[in-house]
Amino acid sequence: MGGIMACLLHKTHTFMANPLKCDLCNKPATVHLTQILDNKVHKVDLCEECAQEKGVTDPSGFSLADLLLKASLNNPDAGTGGIRCEQCGFTPADFKKQGRFGCPACYVAFKGILDPMLDGMHKGTVHAGKVPQKALERRSLHERLTKLEGDLSEAIKAERYEEAARFRDEINQVRQTVAQKPVH
Amino acid sequence: MTIGSLIEAPSELTDSVSSKSAIVLMTRIRLARNLAGHPFPGWAKPAQRMKIMDACREALGGVPAMKRGLSVGVDELAELEKRILVERHLISRELSGSKQGSGVVISKDQTFSVMINEEDHLRIQMMRAGFQLKKVWGAINELDTSLEDSLDFAFSPELGYLTACPTNLGTGMRASAMMHLPALVIASQMEKVVRAVNQLGMVVRGLFGEGSDASGSIFQISNQTTLGESEEDILKRLSGVLQSIIEHELNARARLLETDSGKIFDKIGRAYGILQNGHVLSSNEAMNLLSLIRLGVDLGVFPDSKRSVTDRLFIEAQPGHLQYAQKGEFEAGQRDLLRAERLRSEFANFDRPDFNLSANGKN
Repeated sequence: MGGIMACLLHKTHTFMANPLKCDLCNKPATVHLTQILDNKVHKVDLCEECAQEKGVTDPSGFSLADLLLKASLNNPDAGTGGIRCEQCGFTPADFKKQGRFGCPACYVAFKGILDPMLDGMHKGTVHAGKVPQKALERRSLHERLTKLEGDLSEAIKAERYEEAARFRDEINQVRQTVAQKPVH
Repeated sequence: MTIGSLIEAPSELTDSVSSKSAIVLMTRIRLARNLAGHPFPGWAKPAQRMKIMDACREALGGVPAMKRGLSVGVDELAELEKRILVERHLISRELSGSKQGSGVVISKDQTFSVMINEEDHLRIQMMRAGFQLKKVWGAINELDTSLEDSLDFAFSPELGYLTACPTNLGTGMRASAMMHLPALVIASQMEKVVRAVNQLGMVVRGLFGEGSDASGSIFQISNQTTLGESEEDILKRLSGVLQSIIEHELNARARLLETDSGKIFDKIGRAYGILQNGHVLSSNEAMNLLSLIRLGVDLGVFPDSKRSVTDRLFIEAQPGHLQYAQKGEFEAGQRDLLRAERLRSEFANFDRPDFNLSANGKN
C-alpha cells in the first residue's frame, strides 16, 4: 500500500562526539528529520539555524520535498561529470546553483542526477496523470510527415516512381490531418 | 479590460461568498506548463523570454474563457497595481518582482489567471470561493486542453509535464484550499493538525503562501507531490484531508461553545467593539478581529449575509488595497490609522451581535 508516510523529528546537542553535518550548510546538525515514504527512509540533518529558516520546527508548515531537493543538491556527488545539456548548454553545476533545470531536454541530459533525487520526492516515479493528447498526436503526425518526405525524395532519386506516387498520396493525406493553426 | 477596471471590479473572493464557504473560503488549482523546445524562464535569454511571452499571450487570446480579460506585461504595471494583484492571489510575489518578458492574463471574472514566465512558461490558475475542487478542476482542465490547440507542451510519457523544478513534475498540479480555522487556533490544536496533514503528504501554509504567517486563522492546505498519481487521485486525497479538517474545526467549535462559550463570546464581542471604535489597527490585528467576526457569523451571532463583508475586508484591509482606496502613498503608521477609519465606517452599520441566536445550535 503506497503513500504511508511518517515523519519523525528529534534534536541532539552540538557537544555530541562526531556530530552529523547540516545538509544545507555543513555546520553541526542538531535537528534530525526522518521521513518514511512508501517504505523508504529519508533522513535530513540540519543545524539549528537552517531548521529555523526552513520552518522545520515551526508548526505553520514546511515543504519536505523542497528540503530534500536542496539537501540532495548539496550532496558532493551531484554536480560532477562534464555533462552539458546539448539543447540549452545547462550544466549540473548550474542546477546545483539554481535548483531548477535549464530546459525540458535537461531531463534527458541529467537523468543520472535526477533519478536518485526523484526517488522519494514524489508518490511515484512514473507519470500517471493527464496526457496532452492533441499536442502529442500533432507531434507524431509531424514526425511521420518528415519521414515520408525523406522516403519520397529517396524513391524519386532511385527512380521508383510507383512508390514515390504512393508516398506523395500519403503525404497529402497527413497534411490534411495536421491542424492548419500555427503551433509554437 | 484595463488594470484599473479590473481593480474596481469585485473579485471572485469578495463577490460570491455564501454559507457554502463557511470554513473553506476558496479553492484553487494551478498547473505548471512549459513549451517544448524552449529554455525555462530562469535560463532563457531576454529575447527568448519575449518570444515565449508573445506565443503564450497569443494562444491565451484565442481561448473563450480569457476573452475580454486583462493581458499585460509585468513591466507595464505600477508597484501598487502589482501589490493589489498579489493580495487578490492573482499573481505571485515572484512574478511581481520579475522584469521584462513576464506577464499575466486574467479572465474578466478574475477566476482564471495565467502567469507567463514566472518559474515556468505558464502557471495556469483557477480559483473559486468555497469548497469547489471538482468544479475548479473541470474548468482548468478544459482551459489547459484548449491551449493544446496552439501550444506544444513539454511532456514526457514517463515524467509527465516537464517543469523547471523537479518538485512539480508529472501533473504539474498544485491544488489548495484556503481554510478559516479559528476554533482549532483558539484551542491550540493547529500544531497537531499541521503535523497530521504533513504526514498525509499535504502542506500547510499561511494566507500568502510560503513563509507567511497564519494571520486571521487562515491557512492554505495543498498537495505536496505531483508525480506518480493522477490529478483525480491527488484531488480525492486532498478532498479527504480537507473534509477531516472541517470536521475537526466543527468539533472544536462545538467543544468551545460547550465548555467555554463565555470566552468565545467575549472574544467576538470585543472584536466587534474594537472594529467599531478602534483608531489604530495593524494589518495583522485587523485580520484577527475580522476572523472573530467571521466565526461569529458561522455561530449565528451575526446574520449569514455578513460573511461576504468579512471576506471582502480580509482583502481590502491589506496594505495595497488600502493605499489604492485612499489614493496616495502612506507610511505603515498612517496606514494603521486609515485602516481603523475604514473599518470603523464599515462596522458603524454592522448588525449588533446577538449572543442568544447561537443557542439555536447553528453550526
